[in-house]
Amino acid sequence: MLNIKVLGSGCTKCTKTAEIITSIANEKGISITLVKETNPEVIMGYKVVSTPAVVIDEKLVHWGSIPHRDMIESWLVG
Amino acid sequence: MLQLFSDLASWLAFGVMGLDPNTKLADAVHFFIEDTSKIFALLLLMIYAIALVRASLNVERVRDYLAGKNRFIGYFMGAGFGAVTPFCSCSSIPVFLGFTSAGIPVGITMAFLITSPLINEVAVLLLMSLLGWKFTVIYVVVGMSVGILAGTFLDAIRAERWLQSFAAKALEQGKAQADLNNGTGASAAAMTLTERHEFAKGETLEIFGRVWKWVIIGVGLGAALHGFVPDGWIEAHLGDGQWWSVPAAVLIGIPLYSNATGVIPVMESLITNGLPIGTTLAFCMSTVAASFPEFILLKQVMQWRLLAIVFAILLIAFTLIGWIFNAISPML
Repeated sequence: MLNIKVLGSGCTKCTKTAEIITSIANEKGISITLVKETNPEVIMGYKVVSTPAVVIDEKLVHWGSIPHRDMIESWLVG
Repeated sequence: MLQLFSDLASWLAFGVMGLDPNTKLADAVHFFIEDTSKIFALLLLMIYAIALVRASLNVERVRDYLAGKNRFIGYFMGAGFGAVTPFCSCSSIPVFLGFTSAGIPVGITMAFLITSPLINEVAVLLLMSLLGWKFTVIYVVVGMSVGILAGTFLDAIRAERWLQSFAAKALEQGKAQADLNNGTGASAAAMTLTERHEFAKGETLEIFGRVWKWVIIGVGLGAALHGFVPDGWIEAHLGDGQWWSVPAAVLIGIPLYSNATGVIPVMESLITNGLPIGTTLAFCMSTVAASFPEFILLKQVMQWRLLAIVFAILLIAFTLIGWIFNAISPML
């Protein structure tokens, strides 16, 4: 079970990022919990400057854009 | 080369659509087709070219660069980076906090954030093609000055007093850390040409997808002004740069919100219709940089007092710009 957080202030790119990750996880039958983190204080805690950013099991793996499909697959499959 | 677009517009408006070239409607339609086709072509070309060059520049690098810089250089660099660094306005809060927690003074961060919407490659490109290089240089210099001066002023009044408490704490910690934490370790490796091309392609599609509707709206408004405001009306009523017309233009600009891309075609129309350059600049900068939705976002990191101060600075700055340019424009 992967704990995934999408960091971002609720802009369309962030929403899209969360949607893509969820749909790929469903496709692959991988169970995840996904949280959209919009609190600026928490986002700052991850030292992220450009959103959307993705945190998996408390590790920052991506920031600044909507991640590509193959990137997401590699995070999920590990 | 740009004549091509005028010819295309003539052919479509007078030939294909069969409009009589002497009517107001034909004039407006011609203006609309010429400007949209020209702007779209230039946008696609230039966004790609510019993205190719600046592929490796990102907000993380700017932050690392600005951290620990001398203040006065900092304001210039902050405004300069604000002009050239791409970032989505929905990122302004993380950017603000990221800069702040790296110990960068509030004034430098604000110089970056204020300049950013005013100047970007799309705006510069549109200004060049619609209003010429002289006006473009003026616009860029003025836009950067607003950012630099506002930033300097905010630090002079110790604006950091009025940050939200968690942001103030982050700033203190950032300053205390002599050895700056390099954040996410975001330093990008050298990029290959293929990577640059991929980035530029993505940027072009992304930016174009975002701005094309603004261009249509902006040019549409411009065309309406062009064709339907009676010739000489603006010139007769506002052409002398009456002093009150500048603050009025700034106030009208506040509730209107557009990005620079949408407002520039309107600027072109206003200027060719005889609105003085200072009044036009004041109106357009207010439309682009002073928008309520953006400001409300900043509430998350600033107390009301600071928010009000920043807003007031912008309004005063745009009014002064308007007056100064109306005064000196006969000499330009």
